[in-house]
Amino acid sequence: MNLKLRALTKSIWVFHAACSPCNNCDIEILDLITPRYDVERFGIVLVGSVRHADVLLVTGVPNYKTKERLKKLYSQAPQPCLVVAVGNCACARVMFKDSYNSPCAVDEVVPVSVYIPGCPPKPEAMIAGVVKLIQKVRGKK
Amino acid sequence: MRILFNYLIFPGFLFSACIGLIAGWIDRKVTARIQWRVGPPWYQNFVDIVKLLGKETIIPEGSAKRTFLLSPFLGLLSASLVATILGVTVRLPLESFAGDLIVVLYLLVIPAIAIIIGASSSRNPLASIGASREMKLVLGYELPFILSIIAVIIKSAGAIQIGSILNHQINFGSNLVSWSGILAFIVTILCMQAKLCLVPFDMSEAEQEIMAGVFIEYSGLPLAIFKLTKAVLLYTMPLFLIILFWGSNLTPLALIGKYTALLVIIILIKNTNPRLRIDQALRFFWGPVTILAAIAVVLAILGY
Repeated sequence: MNLKLRALTKSIWVFHAACSPCNNCDIEILDLITPRYDVERFGIVLVGSVRHADVLLVTGVPNYKTKERLKKLYSQAPQPCLVVAVGNCACARVMFKDSYNSPCAVDEVVPVSVYIPGCPPKPEAMIAGVVKLIQKVRGKK
Repeated sequence: MRILFNYLIFPGFLFSACIGLIAGWIDRKVTARIQWRVGPPWYQNFVDIVKLLGKETIIPEGSAKRTFLLSPFLGLLSASLVATILGVTVRLPLESFAGDLIVVLYLLVIPAIAIIIGASSSRNPLASIGASREMKLVLGYELPFILSIIAVIIKSAGAIQIGSILNHQINFGSNLVSWSGILAFIVTILCMQAKLCLVPFDMSEAEQEIMAGVFIEYSGLPLAIFKLTKAVLLYTMPLFLIILFWGSNLTPLALIGKYTALLVIIILIKNTNPRLRIDQALRFFWGPVTILAAIAVVLAILGY
């Protein structure tokens, strides 16, 4: 596995793309950078601009407005960029499947690499998801 | 040939970038420890740069392409040149030319100008807010910085060659141990915090407020060059201050100790202060800090 991807797995810059969720998953994501779980020791940093992002963390069900913006955000992130869907709503829309407000699921808008289910997912589950993401990047490419 | 070696390898770009990246790691680790976290491993900053080199470079549509791509290199080249001049002066004080203090002062402004030009050429309104804040910040801290350097020049019997200032301190003791020297040193520490764009003066690059302000449109190689410029400045600015104020004993061990002490001061100020607004920062620099620097100049003239 080449140097580019090895460096990518050791220094992941995360952009938080919240498609109007209920914010429970966002609180649990912010839990990861508190001292109890501290993902900065793995090199994971929250960045402010999408052009600095390696991973797009998508939460919430896309509605008509955020669908367009999510597509734009994914095209604005420099490749190689991975998408992680956090929470039940981002993974499969669960109870909002037949809602008038949600046209499609997240993986019909952007290609998702890792799904982290849960409502909201515990920080341990999110760390396990990050580990699966790193293993996927190392194993496949 | 020797000039190329000095500029590119030691004490120029490669050496100062490595020391600067490790100093940046010390900053992140100490900050993490203060917050009861663990913090990243020692190679984290190097891995960040390598990863950025492997990312795609996106040029925003409608931006000034050549300026957008070339302005990071402007900052890096001048910062490495300052590192070279200072590094050569520490080993052989009088090999440089008279007036190189003024050249170094001009060269130290260029990284800020490179950030401003780069942000303005990226056709993003948030970047232009960051650029205007950076412009005002440079106007703010350059005045007391130059005043305190004038105090040092007066104390060194009118010498404007860095090597002469160094020799004067070796003969007569550090500039730090006099009243005007300690005041000017405090002023330059505050101006250094602003020049390095560290909290409380990082309003041009605020992550959460204006989405990384000046660097919002940068990705891939240009962003890596900007981060390297910051690392080289993190090595160069404390070294400049040590040579001007604390230069009585510059053996390698003493130099490492003094550099670590200044790094500790920077990290302490960084971790105990919130971010200021740009008008608060300007009022701070043109008010109390300039008055302190003016008092330092007057005391230097009077001989204290």
